Amino acid sequence: MSQPTPGAASSSPPTLRDPREYLTRKSLVELNARERAQALLDEGSYRELLGPFERLESPWLLQQGVVPQADDGLIVARGKISGTDSVILAIEGQFQGGGIGEVSGAKAAAALDLALEDAKRGQPVQVVLLLETGGVRLQEANLGLEVIAEINSSLIALRQHVPVVGVIAGMVGCFGGMSISASLCSYLIMTREARLGLNGPEVIEEQSGIEEFDSKDRQLIWGVNGGEQRHATGFADYLAEDDVAAIKECIVQAFGRGIPATHRSEQVDDYLKRLAAIDVSHQLESSEIRKLWSKGE
Amino acid sequence: MSNEKTISTRGRIWFETLAGKQAKHRPSVPSVLVADTTLQKERVRFLAIVPDPENRFPCARQGQVGLQEGWNLAKQIRDAIKADENGEKRAIIAIVDVPSQAYGRREELLGIFLAAAAATDAYVSARLAGHPVISLLVGHAISGGFLTHGAQANRLLAFNDPGVTVHAMAKNAAARVTRRTVEELDKLAETIIPMSYKIEDYAKLGTLYKLIDGVKVDSPEPEQVEQVRDDLSAAIADARSGQRDLSDRLQSQGAQKNRIATLVVRQRLAAEWHSN
Repeated sequence: MSQPTPGAASSSPPTLRDPREYLTRKSLVELNARERAQALLDEGSYRELLGPFERLESPWLLQQGVVPQADDGLIVARGKISGTDSVILAIEGQFQGGGIGEVSGAKAAAALDLALEDAKRGQPVQVVLLLETGGVRLQEANLGLEVIAEINSSLIALRQHVPVVGVIAGMVGCFGGMSISASLCSYLIMTREARLGLNGPEVIEEQSGIEEFDSKDRQLIWGVNGGEQRHATGFADYLAEDDVAAIKECIVQAFGRGIPATHRSEQVDDYLKRLAAIDVSHQLESSEIRKLWSKGE
Repeated sequence: MSNEKTISTRGRIWFETLAGKQAKHRPSVPSVLVADTTLQKERVRFLAIVPDPENRFPCARQGQVGLQEGWNLAKQIRDAIKADENGEKRAIIAIVDVPSQAYGRREELLGIFLAAAAATDAYVSARLAGHPVISLLVGHAISGGFLTHGAQANRLLAFNDPGVTVHAMAKNAAARVTRRTVEELDKLAETIIPMSYKIEDYAKLGTLYKLIDGVKVDSPEPEQVEQVRDDLSAAIADARSGQRDLSDRLQSQGAQKNRIATLVVRQRLAAEWHSN
């Protein structure tokens, strides 16, 4: 890579940890979306927009026998992160697997557009995406697809003015069309409990056969999709412990770096060169890619 | 491989028909066709993804959007942006016939999501820079394949033909995942517009600029081809006078009728954004 390695800022964890460390840690993964946003924003600064009492729910689910949720599974929260104006868009992985529908997707795209207006006016607000999603919510199929296209468009426009930070904490992970959104973030933070992929293991097995991907093979899944592998091969910038303070520290560090000189999705010649150099006549091992694409290359 | 994937020739047919013999073809991988030509007075770069049975990535041989397709699209679009940096921005026209994204282990390990992001980024950057970006849907436009190639256009046009489909998942797979039969899925789609596989229903969502009637998509007559050229030229002119983001889609009659929830979200969030 021609630019300074993004992952260098994250610390590599010691192999043996002091057991007391676990008692003081506060897991982000165990929290729901609203609690995650509350935990990451500075004490007392949390303000939710389009909250559950407004009952902006999906107009498409009830007709299909699915109980809608009053926030449609996406929290928009304003507040401060280390004193700086911020907005957190947190997807609720427990509702429809974090699937993006018309309302949840419109909330995200609209928030990104409002942040763009603010940035253009010289009053930038930091945007953090908490991504726990399987992608398009299949009950809203084409509208889910459309709002993800709108999210991606708005994200690209916004990140020219102010960095956008994505966090995949787990346990759902980030798949489908939203994996594209994750890759468009200026910086991406993952934990070891997080997974990232366009197609999940089950989908690949179903479409291309078990010899292509055995979705029961946990070692294979984590070796392909897991946060540690994604960080080691340069698709994520930070590997964070599942700890509120540690993840918040990564977010602050990421914003501190400003807008990247070249976003990952702009490094076209570099990635074309890398792809051309790889022999794909056989299935690849995670360790091979780590060796070839490890940071600093 | 899935039984739903029959190899389609529509992308190549329409690329060759529209780019024509006078087009200047640009070097690329065999699955990404690129040609520069003119359409009326507009300079145009045509792009298409087509099946390549020799593709070195086995899961991307039937026209799926894979790693090479995403990154090469990005390259071709970015080259046009750079070449036109200080001049008139040419139109970029995507001919869309993509059965899906590539479902493979190699693809995931090597970051197909980033390849898709790179093409998305390039299309959006072209649009924001003032290039009219137009998509012509001639066949399938499914899921991540469509998000990567087609979905980011200022103006989307589609043939009104049973073989033209926009969807989040191929029908058989969607039935399995949502635990329904294909018949149940069809029934649902009659009342729930975004679930429908019919392009007339997709048009009701307000995302399409034009649904083109009366074209034999697999073997078009010369006068039909001329009609399509006129439609594309009109779309380019319309894009030049429109917004560079996707907000024009929300102004459409379809969106005003069938995306009411989207519009309410946008209106209320804007009101609450600055209040305390």
